[in-house]
Amino acid sequence: MNTFVLGLVVVIYLLAIAFLGYRGYKQTKSAKDYLLAGRDIHPFVMAMSYGATFISTSAIIGFGGIAGVYGMGLIWLTALNIIVGVFIAFIFFGRVTRKMGHNLDAHTFPEFLGNRFQSKKIQIISGAVIFISMPLYAAVVLIGGARFIESIFEIDFSLALTFFSIIIAAYVIAGGLKGVMYTDALQGSIMFLSLFFLLIVTYVKLGGVSAAHEALTNMVNLVPESLTSKGHEGWTVFPKMNSAWWWALTTNIILGVGIGVLAQPQLVVRFMTVKSNRELNRAVLIGGIFIFVATGFVFTVGALTNLYFYNESGQLAIQVAKGNVDLIIPEYISAAMPEWFVYLFMLALLSAGMSTLSSQFHTMGTSLGRDFIENVFPNKKIDSMMISKIGIIVAILISIIIGYKLPGSIIARGTAIFFGICAATFLPVYFGALYWKRVTKTAALWSILTGLIASVFSLGFMHVKESEPLGICQAIFGKPTLASEFPWMIVDPILIAMPISIVVLIVVSLATQKTSDEHLAACYKGIK
Amino acid sequence: MLGINDPGIYLGYLFSILGLIACIVYGILNWNKGRETDIEEIQKDLEWESKDELTKGEI
Repeated sequence: MNTFVLGLVVVIYLLAIAFLGYRGYKQTKSAKDYLLAGRDIHPFVMAMSYGATFISTSAIIGFGGIAGVYGMGLIWLTALNIIVGVFIAFIFFGRVTRKMGHNLDAHTFPEFLGNRFQSKKIQIISGAVIFISMPLYAAVVLIGGARFIESIFEIDFSLALTFFSIIIAAYVIAGGLKGVMYTDALQGSIMFLSLFFLLIVTYVKLGGVSAAHEALTNMVNLVPESLTSKGHEGWTVFPKMNSAWWWALTTNIILGVGIGVLAQPQLVVRFMTVKSNRELNRAVLIGGIFIFVATGFVFTVGALTNLYFYNESGQLAIQVAKGNVDLIIPEYISAAMPEWFVYLFMLALLSAGMSTLSSQFHTMGTSLGRDFIENVFPNKKIDSMMISKIGIIVAILISIIIGYKLPGSIIARGTAIFFGICAATFLPVYFGALYWKRVTKTAALWSILTGLIASVFSLGFMHVKESEPLGICQAIFGKPTLASEFPWMIVDPILIAMPISIVVLIVVSLATQKTSDEHLAACYKGIK
Repeated sequence: MLGINDPGIYLGYLFSILGLIACIVYGILNWNKGRETDIEEIQKDLEWESKDELTKGEI
């Protein structure tokens, strides 16, 4: 790869990002602008920002690589991402959230829950949960991005990390959510174009859609013994029922990530950035196409890399990547794609990381500033924008420290930990806030707390993928997990913690006093 | 179907494509629907603006 050309491409890209960040800065005049992008975001920008925030570098490289090892079963994640993450999220959650958020003067997701249930405690606790658990998720993306820059430009890791953090910090702090969403739209477009091209070229190289799939199906006898024992039955076959990989795919990836998306604070807040439901209706179309390409295309290519590498070198993708799943997609790009595409793909990966991080930083900053500090010190006259900016700086520093200090094995589970905690803690209460008027303030608070405790317990003591690297269970009980029987040690924490949180929400709601009719009328005003 | 014989996989593709079609059709059918004309909503926006005035000047 030509370093000069790469440098030039990256400089042009950064200038475009700087311009969009500056545009966000110039248009940000109030807390509404800073926290909710002025509530007048264009549907294209909203949809691309939602998608680009949702799809991080690890979704492309990590899940693409997993498809390279285990095959096309991951396509179910695409199906759920479109049906749940876009269609259901926008139409059944987004439209009501937008209107109710407006009725309640909510600027953030915790403020939405707090105002809906007339409880500052709920806002403070929700803000704290997000601020404490999200840095681990941000650290995953941050470290991934810095490692990527380190390897591409052959610079020191610390320098890459500093450079990467400062650039994102600059436009998030100055431009607020407008800066974040404008840059997201550009970054999402780059991701879309590269992944679209990637699949088309792959099929052309492999002789067409049916020919490529048939050839990959015929490679079933080449599946290594180590994978067949886990339930792998070929790259175009769903894993064997009740096998280890079947449980991991169905619960962790498909349900965990596919359902977990509904309660992501950085995504929910985007529903409140548009002026009317018309914008959300339009965003459904754009978001659906984006997610289909951004996930479905890369998962398909991931599986097909086996065919390409086998034809070229007689090796499977994981063998070419020397056992490192994360290297399958990059190895394929550099081996099979034209050189100009390699540059574009670099930008796509950089974009995927930056768009996710910028939203994470913004959400953590507003959680600390607007939701936590402003409510813990209610008598102090605090400027929302200033305190959110300070919150963002603190969030970035914490994410960097976590990235440096925590072992790689824990960092690698950061996304799953955050998704698990968010889904169990917020999803039942968020759904109740939108659709069940009987939910009470006490029930909402208890549901949040039990969801949080159950998910943390499940992550720390049951689900071996997290409990082992965290090491708390080992330190207390002398074993990596308390779950002794299959499949409990591999069942996603969401499937354990979320039902508990739902039961608590229902039971406590029915046992406590109803919310006043006046408040409910104010919440549901204009919602049919 | 297109070289994939396992229903566990082609149903995944089918649902992905059906989800995509649903998003596209919904978007087209509702492209101009849902525009906010509620006078109170506009009023509320103006209220927000005036409240937010208090926090201006910090950028």
